[in-house]
Amino acid sequence: MTSALLPLLVAAPLVSAALSTLFTSRAVTRPLLTGTAALALLGGLVLLRTTADGRVLAHQVGLWPAGVSIPFVADTFSALMVTTTALLVLVCSFFAIATGEADRRYFAPLVLVLSAGVYGALLTGDLFNLFVFVEVMLLPSYGLMAIAGTLRGLRAGRTYVAVNLLTSTIFLAGVALVYGTAGTVHLGELAGAASESPTIAVAMGVVLLAMAIKSAVVPVHGWLVRAYTAPSPAVTALFSGLHTKVAIYAIYRLYAVTFEGQASLLWVGLVIFTATMAIGVLGAVGETTTRSILAFHMVSQIGYILLGVALFTELGLMAGIFYLVHHMVVKASLFLSTGAVEHVHGTGDLERLRGLARGEPLLALAFLGAALSLAGLPPFSGFVAKLTLVAAAFEAGHWTVAAVAIAVSLITLMSMLKIWGSVFWGRPPSPEPGVGGPGGGTATATAPAAVRIRPALVLPAVALTGVTLCVGLGAQVLLDLSAQAAAHLLDTSAYVEAVTNR
Amino acid sequence: MTLAITIGVLTAGAVYLILQRGMVRIVLGFVLLSHAVNLLLMSAGGVFHRGEPLLDRGVGEPLADPLPQAFVLTAIVIAFSITIYMLTLAATGKGDDTEDDS
Repeated sequence: MTSALLPLLVAAPLVSAALSTLFTSRAVTRPLLTGTAALALLGGLVLLRTTADGRVLAHQVGLWPAGVSIPFVADTFSALMVTTTALLVLVCSFFAIATGEADRRYFAPLVLVLSAGVYGALLTGDLFNLFVFVEVMLLPSYGLMAIAGTLRGLRAGRTYVAVNLLTSTIFLAGVALVYGTAGTVHLGELAGAASESPTIAVAMGVVLLAMAIKSAVVPVHGWLVRAYTAPSPAVTALFSGLHTKVAIYAIYRLYAVTFEGQASLLWVGLVIFTATMAIGVLGAVGETTTRSILAFHMVSQIGYILLGVALFTELGLMAGIFYLVHHMVVKASLFLSTGAVEHVHGTGDLERLRGLARGEPLLALAFLGAALSLAGLPPFSGFVAKLTLVAAAFEAGHWTVAAVAIAVSLITLMSMLKIWGSVFWGRPPSPEPGVGGPGGGTATATAPAAVRIRPALVLPAVALTGVTLCVGLGAQVLLDLSAQAAAHLLDTSAYVEAVTNR
Repeated sequence: MTLAITIGVLTAGAVYLILQRGMVRIVLGFVLLSHAVNLLLMSAGGVFHRGEPLLDRGVGEPLADPLPQAFVLTAIVIAFSITIYMLTLAATGKGDDTEDDS
């Protein structure tokens, strides 16, 4: 794959989005939605294959000289992220088609533009362009939040828009400060700048703060739970896999390139991310719906992922990147399996669901697999992810951090068993009314035996749980790729050379 | 100095408005805040070079840095579209933005 094809990953979804706006028949929008995502997945895999040996592809858009142009760069880390993103978009699109949501007017174009923004943000080598692509990603998300059309969705939409707009404004102010102090926003030119000059470090700090809000790090995580429980399950799954992860990717990349992993600041990350792990998981304990529990766990897991960058050792970065990919897949799987339940039974309330495992063994298995993977049990990918991360924390001598990480995974397991115990396990309620407890008035919520979940709704979650099982069993492949990606973060010279074309 | 004071005043006004309850005030607060950040971007390029960096028009004088101007243009467009969207959100679901529960 030549580097000139890199902008195609952004251009193709945009063209498909335009086409699916013009031709609204479902015979056109459905193939466009899934076809573009499948093509992007293919592109991501090719990219992964090309960059797996440590090559860095860079394309200067418009063939402007390096330093003037806006570069597109792909190394192993970006290729991994592009591939996972495309996989999630594909699977979530199939789920949205199964729920009928994909046939809403503008759903397909919005998702396509969203994915274009994500690919752009993952591939760009320019700080201002990162801002633009993040906005390209966020604008359709606002539309997707409102598309459900419920009042509750709109209310959550307001919080979501306000928080994200504030964050984007902080981000933009950070970019302005970086330009004012360093005179460039080109990542290649900024390499190591923040570790040399404290002024640039403060400016980059503003950018990193904005990214921390976007990735929902404690204490700025409050918006996430509210925002992720309001939209439809398919949209939640999509958001969970993409939004915060782009910000996490940016934190990894920016800290590695501009600060060159400056060791004197790492303790800040260690404290904040350990707090994120603990507070996120404790927040989940008091929740009573499947989605809010999962959303709080997301906060907790984000702490784990970012721990990699706070350790900034070879093993730590590798574990963090592995964890990131694992988490994107597993979280989407959990949101999709509970989303299928929510779509068919009309509720995600733990009180009102019971004994689904008997009627839906496949869905229950998909949920259980992903849940155990999230908690970090073998043979799933979560086990490998947590093991390497805890090992990295021990290696760096941070015993408390490792202890918190292990304690938090126990609480995670407890919380997952809470969902399993009340939604899937137990005796299915008998069909006659009045047995289903206080919420028994609505027949759909308490009679799982009568209402079956269609295979089309189950398969997306099963597919993703299959992926996490495969990644867990054949972890070496992804570990090697993560190690390659981590090597480029530890020694950014290859990346910088490719971007600046020196 | 004038720029710094203007940015400060705009930000202060924005913070005050964003902390209000009504959606329209919050939107106005964000408008002020984006103006403040746009001014910050402009000042990042240096404000004392004013020559037009276009073809051969500014020959002889110190040329203004065109990059921040391009940044600001992009940022204005994005902020404008989000403002419209937020105003739509303010108009739908009338009168519920002052309630306590949500």
